[in-house]
Amino acid sequence: MNGYRRRAAIDLRLLGEGQRSWVMAGIMAIMLFLTVLAGALGLGVARSAGGIDRQLAGQLTVQLVEADASARDVRARALVAALGRVPGVTRVREADRAELAALLRPWLGDAGLDPDLPMPVLIDVTASPGAAAQVAAAARRVAPAARVDGSARWLSPVRGLLATLFWVAIALVLVIAAATAGVALLVARAGLDTHRDTIDVLHMLGSTDLQVARLLQRRIARDTLLGGALGTLAALALVALFQTRLALTGSEVLGGATLAPVDWTLLLLLPIGFALLATVATRMTVLHTLGRKL
Amino acid sequence: MGNIVHFENVGLRYGTGPETLSDVSFTLTAGGFYFLTGASGAGKTSLLKLLYLAQRPTRGAVRLFGEDAGSLPRARLPGFRRRIGVVFQDFRLLPQLSAYDNVALPLRVAGVRESEIEAPVLEMLAWVGLSARVTAKPPTLSGGEQQRIAIARAVIARPEILVADEPTGNVDPDMADRLLHLFEALNRLGTTIVVATHDMHLIGRIPRAQLMRVEKGRLVDPSGLLRHPPGAA
Ligand SMILES: Nc1ncnc2c1ncn2[C@@H]1O[C@H](COP(=O)(O)OP(=O)(O)OP(=O)(O)O)[C@@H](O)[C@H]1O
Ligand SMILES: [Mg+2]
Repeated sequence: MNGYRRRAAIDLRLLGEGQRSWVMAGIMAIMLFLTVLAGALGLGVARSAGGIDRQLAGQLTVQLVEADASARDVRARALVAALGRVPGVTRVREADRAELAALLRPWLGDAGLDPDLPMPVLIDVTASPGAAAQVAAAARRVAPAARVDGSARWLSPVRGLLATLFWVAIALVLVIAAATAGVALLVARAGLDTHRDTIDVLHMLGSTDLQVARLLQRRIARDTLLGGALGTLAALALVALFQTRLALTGSEVLGGATLAPVDWTLLLLLPIGFALLATVATRMTVLHTLGRKL
Repeated sequence: MGNIVHFENVGLRYGTGPETLSDVSFTLTAGGFYFLTGASGAGKTSLLKLLYLAQRPTRGAVRLFGEDAGSLPRARLPGFRRRIGVVFQDFRLLPQLSAYDNVALPLRVAGVRESEIEAPVLEMLAWVGLSARVTAKPPTLSGGEQQRIAIARAVIARPEILVADEPTGNVDPDMADRLLHLFEALNRLGTTIVVATHDMHLIGRIPRAQLMRVEKGRLVDPSGLLRHPPGAA
């Protein structure tokens, strides 16, 4: 144990302690600050979208067009009664005709109030997500002409925006990850160059390329973890601030973006993931570069 | 004893320049003691570089430990290099490490446990008279002190071949004798020794040693005093 620790210290001393180390840590702090923000955006959006989906899954609208006003009312009552008996249905409500007329007035004028006008019947049904098929079947038994819609349609632009935001966030994380691997590659090349004499001597003493790669890997992993931890903490503080402000908006869509503990854990794992990524990029760069020598 | 090194019609060219070494053929026997002499620029260091696998021959064959060194895949070089100790003409100590860590480096590279490193390193530093400078970094040491650290580093891992390029160039005659004594002791333990030197006094100290002389990139027979090429077939 003691022996190992002493050896690790010597391994790092082999490369000296340069300024480059701080530059790398600084870059990694920025990279992880941005990544954690993008990651939090993605996770929050996913949470929000999940909330909407769960809500919408059970929201159905049954629509019936019937020219004859009295037949329409009879059918409507029968539909409400039949739908209320379907297992899993928690709420059935016919949309208020006056409300509908008010909605239509801009297009139809006062003619919309004419009771003879074939106004459609709209019935809102709240059911458990699995019950949609039974609701549709029950509606058609009473009124074969009835149409059953998931009422997701009116929310779909919001839902679509959230989906886009989610993929933008994922893309951002991937782009920053690629940039991080690129930085690691450049730093590894610069390291091979700066420490060429040391590495030559190590090779002459029988070091393998893997041993040399490990020296640079360890240094880059350390810088990435150090800088990355700082960047991550700063970003998480900002995310936490946003979370409290989102909760205060009272909006269902925005409030739904609250991160769960598992999300916070994922964000905390990002610097570790990036350190691994930088390590692998370094290793591949070193092995590839050295492999072309004598 | 078997042949440990065999050169056959070896040529070496740096880049597109003229041949630095031409038609070099010789055989070294395991356990032998060899001196390599020649004027400055004749090609001694170049020949040794082929021997310790810092260069590959541009033509001819270099056989080491019974294998063709010219075609060794890169992955096998470390294993071969660990069997060869080298005192570089320019020492090539790592300035950022202490004398102790410089000498310990070959053992650490070979994966020796830390608990088994301290005693031999301190013993070796004592042997070359540097017990008082264990923690000193090479830039703070004199040329002769650096050379002794380079020698300690070359022999610490008990190599099968010790290659020393002008190992006594910077030390006084007493220390030179002492270092030669160290080489002799290692030689008696079975290590094959190859020393490049201008120092005729040094060469005279080991009568049983064989002598190789390089002139303008070719091995020549030095007139009668010692044999050349040693053991040539
Ligand atoms: N890396 C190199 N690139 C190009 N030419 C080189 C290189 N190393 C050596 N040479 C040339 O090869 C020739 C032999 O050099 P080498 O170092 O082998 O001589 P040497 O016998 O060791 O000399 P000295 O006694 O001064 O150490 C010299 O002309 C030198 O300029
Ligand atoms: Mg030389």
